Amino acid sequence: MKSFLNSCTALSLAASVSVLPASAEMMTSIGEGEGELNIVAWPGYIERGETAAEFDWVTRFEEKTGCKVNVKSANTSDEMVALMNEGGFDLVTASGDASLRMIAGKRVQPINISLIPSWDTIDDRLKEAPWHYVDGAHYGVPYMWGPNVLMYNTEVFGDDAPTSWNVVFEPMNLPDGEPNEGRVQAYDGPIHIADAALYLMTHQPELGIESPYELNQEQYDAALDLLRQQRKLVSRYWHDAFIQIDDFKNEGMAASGSWPFQVNLLQADGAPIASVIPEEGATGWADTTMMHADAANPNCSYMWMEHTLSSNLMSDLSVWFGANPAVPAACTDGRGMQTAEGCTKNGFDDFDRISFWQTPVSSCESQGECVPYYRWVSDYIGVIGGR
Amino acid sequence: MAETAARPPAPRGLSDRLSDLLWSRQGLLVLLLILPPALWLGIIYLGALFALLAQSFFAIDPFSGLIKYEFTLRTYGELFRAANLDIILRTVLMAGSVTLAAALIGFPVAYYAARYARGKWKALFYLGVMLPLWSSYLVKVYSWKLILAKEGILSWLFETLHLTWLLDAYLSLPVVGGNSLSVSWTGTFLVFLYVWLPFMILPTQAALERVPPSMLEASGDLGARPGQTFRHVLLPLALPGIVAGSIFTFSLTLGDYIIPQIVGTSARMIGQAVYQFQGTAGNIPLAAAFAVVPILIMGVYLYIAKRMGAFDAL
Repeated sequence: MKSFLNSCTALSLAASVSVLPASAEMMTSIGEGEGELNIVAWPGYIERGETAAEFDWVTRFEEKTGCKVNVKSANTSDEMVALMNEGGFDLVTASGDASLRMIAGKRVQPINISLIPSWDTIDDRLKEAPWHYVDGAHYGVPYMWGPNVLMYNTEVFGDDAPTSWNVVFEPMNLPDGEPNEGRVQAYDGPIHIADAALYLMTHQPELGIESPYELNQEQYDAALDLLRQQRKLVSRYWHDAFIQIDDFKNEGMAASGSWPFQVNLLQADGAPIASVIPEEGATGWADTTMMHADAANPNCSYMWMEHTLSSNLMSDLSVWFGANPAVPAACTDGRGMQTAEGCTKNGFDDFDRISFWQTPVSSCESQGECVPYYRWVSDYIGVIGGR
Repeated sequence: MAETAARPPAPRGLSDRLSDLLWSRQGLLVLLLILPPALWLGIIYLGALFALLAQSFFAIDPFSGLIKYEFTLRTYGELFRAANLDIILRTVLMAGSVTLAAALIGFPVAYYAARYARGKWKALFYLGVMLPLWSSYLVKVYSWKLILAKEGILSWLFETLHLTWLLDAYLSLPVVGGNSLSVSWTGTFLVFLYVWLPFMILPTQAALERVPPSMLEASGDLGARPGQTFRHVLLPLALPGIVAGSIFTFSLTLGDYIIPQIVGTSARMIGQAVYQFQGTAGNIPLAAAFAVVPILIMGVYLYIAKRMGAFDAL
């Protein structure tokens, strides 16, 4: 049995070694398109007018470059990492909690920004963001970003819009006189521990938390305690955006952390819903188009990256997804449907109040030794299970 | 000339010789026929399973979070942490109660279908039992979410019947209650029961159809009351079918990770834990160790089922 186990180990090791790509060199010029482009993306990120005719940012690209775009949707950052590890894709729209993992795993290659004419139009705040700019190299082109807002029911809150995340963390009566117990939700992912840590940064400054993604044991325990208190208030954690929408319609939910995506869809449906970025600030996500180290279609990939910045994509996608474009001009210059007011509503002016998702690692910048992500996962499972 | 006549027919083409060989050695033929499926089962199925199980003997390095490929039982030790034991216990209890309820509801339905339904009613019965299996599993689960919601059909029904107090009283119970049916364990239980019930009814019905009516009549002629006939004749003869059905309901509940994610309290069951540990956390050893748990439980379950004669009819 032992020798069998050993050979299994050897096999799996051999398999994992053999798929490691040779370190890729940065491209220096763009040639002819290869006729095809394979992208891993969040659902709704790459639309060709099939869901709604007016949201189309693929057809014209295909006509112009001859690169046929194939999209593979992934629902979580971890699925994205897994798909990129498997290979066979050229590009991925990775969030900050996936991008560094792929850079460290050498699954993505550095981008030569001089080959992307519209690079200069990118938001200065994103050009060298730490989730894709590592050791002086750009591992991708910023795509979209957005805050995790506090969504609330305006019938419950009336004129007193919530100003603090305390409505989802502390037991209290909401403005309609009923307790918040059973009427609030929280995100069903370990990254929600960061939301608790962010709340503690304001409310327990003596803990000395500098980044909600970099927690030592004591800070981490305090965040878990807060989440255990929250467990008593939460009847169901939300996992799927559409289930949360349903819960706000049919389960009498009053408040929850959420994405502008759900807020926009609910409002479009006429539901009494609004959102706010509370005084503590908010966590958020920022996605980057990254290129696989072994991309089979590098020329089409570079053409697509340029296309994301210069076409109607940024503008229309920000309307469609309730997110903010990486190119500020897309809010105002009429290249698509987005307007300055729309961007403001999606949180464009709140960039500095957002702590963007990162993967928590054990060797962290602010304090040397932090609790790593895999423990966030198992402990959050415990908290939701009532431990 | 005689010499020529005695010579065996000259060897013909390759395919003829092959055919001769296979005819003279029947064992070889069987081996050749069985080899591809055996390889499929052995390499693709069992091989993958063992590769997964082998992972459970590794552990994740607590500092770097990377998997260390050294033999250790530490990962199995982690299964005994309180939060993980909760998950196992919760799942087994749920699977057990779903199986029990499915047997209780499934038996009368199967009995009616086996004994009384005839002609087009029988066809209608099959259609009725199978129909839910034809629609998408996700559609069914989502529609149950709407039925059970706080502002859903069931609440409306209770309200119309002026029985809201009853629902509220039930929901205020610990463990089975909650803020609404769709966020309570009761809701998870009901959806599981609905989704897996056909898997209980069909084998039970098959077993009941094999019970000769003459046995039941003989039991009555010998003076047994209906209850006694049921306990001592019908139930023992139908038990293999019920046990076979319970294997489906029990193991399917044990491994499911979609229903508890959509309906229920968000507390994890084994399937969700495996999904999350291997996907989100990259903690493949712990996910593999969790995957071993249902295998062990099902092993014990199948052993008991075998003792009860569930496989005698195979």
